Amino acid sequence: MTEPRAGRRRLLVSGLLFGAGTMGAIDEIVFHQLLHWHHFYDRASGAAGLVSDGLLHAATWSATVAGLALLADLRRRRSFVPGTWWGAVLVGAGAFQVWDGVVHHKLLRLHQVRYGVDVTGYDLAWVAGGVVLLAVGAVLLRRGRPVPVP
Amino acid sequence: MTLAVLGTAAAGYLLATRRTAWPPLRSLSWLLGLVVVAVALTGPLAAAHGDLRAHMAGHLLVGMVAPVSLVLARPVTLALRTLPRRAARALAGILRSAPVRVLTDPFVATALNVGGLWLLYRTGLLGAMLHDPGLHLLVSVHVLLTGWLATAAVLAVEPMPHRRSAAVRAGALAAGMAAHDVLAKTLYAHPPAGVLDASAGARLMYDGGTVVHVLVAALLWRQWYRSRETVRAAALARA
Repeated sequence: MTEPRAGRRRLLVSGLLFGAGTMGAIDEIVFHQLLHWHHFYDRASGAAGLVSDGLLHAATWSATVAGLALLADLRRRRSFVPGTWWGAVLVGAGAFQVWDGVVHHKLLRLHQVRYGVDVTGYDLAWVAGGVVLLAVGAVLLRRGRPVPVP
Repeated sequence: MTLAVLGTAAAGYLLATRRTAWPPLRSLSWLLGLVVVAVALTGPLAAAHGDLRAHMAGHLLVGMVAPVSLVLARPVTLALRTLPRRAARALAGILRSAPVRVLTDPFVATALNVGGLWLLYRTGLLGAMLHDPGLHLLVSVHVLLTGWLATAAVLAVEPMPHRRSAAVRAGALAAGMAAHDVLAKTLYAHPPAGVLDASAGARLMYDGGTVVHVLVAALLWRQWYRSRETVRAAALARA
């Protein structure tokens, strides 16, 4: 009886780790490498920006690898439920995006989405994107909830 | 001198493998690790004084790439298996001793490794080292040994006085990676005095570090994946 529940918890952990991790990596690849809106180091942000960049970089890559390893194990055990896993991935990705947009960009002002332009629209799009991901993920998770046994 | 030490390490390992059944891939991994160290310490990288990018390339090879290769070769396991009984027993005793127990804790080993790098790059040590070949060799040996210790503690493929769970070891690896990345960023933002190519060197440290750290994380989790299989097979056999 504990087996399905433990399996579901691991499914959620795997999805959340992978979602948050890849979102961080996608941000890094798209905004740093492709668009060049972000920089390896921007002189305005100071020491806190350096520390948070390094921490996030390490955390997101580590989370991605760990999430994939858990996924491999779930698939081998045949306890992989696509809807639930993808729901957790979207929740993880959305939570990361909202956290990044609200806490890093606005509250701590570590760095901005883009420089040299009015960032209000970009900020709204950034956070709204995160909220949409979160909402879709939450719907998927609700649908995948185990039916309570009477 | 460096080459003589590395040659002895190669010969000793290969001789030992003849006394037991030993996978050839491990021997290859050992030789590869030693070659990487030799290239970094005696090749053109070692001769480029004052150039942070060349220095960093050497440091990546000695402190990160070579340790992974050397750890996967499992030299301690080989020694325990092939040394004469008394010597093997003495070695096993050392492995169980209190200092080794502390040093091989993943968090302690990782802190020693990254802490040494912070000391090296954020104090005057770097400047002194770049102009003194003897000091350079000493620092390189230290970087190799602490990198080896940290990789061995995180991957835990050799007999260890304690075995931490994969999640704890992955946590130590991630913490070390974070400290390494922050250091690389500060080197970019505030380059040490008197070095050339500081920003390229810092980027190389950051990017190269990411590749090797992710590789080590993948090795760690692959090992976990395999061990889960063993655990489950044992559980099924009992049922």
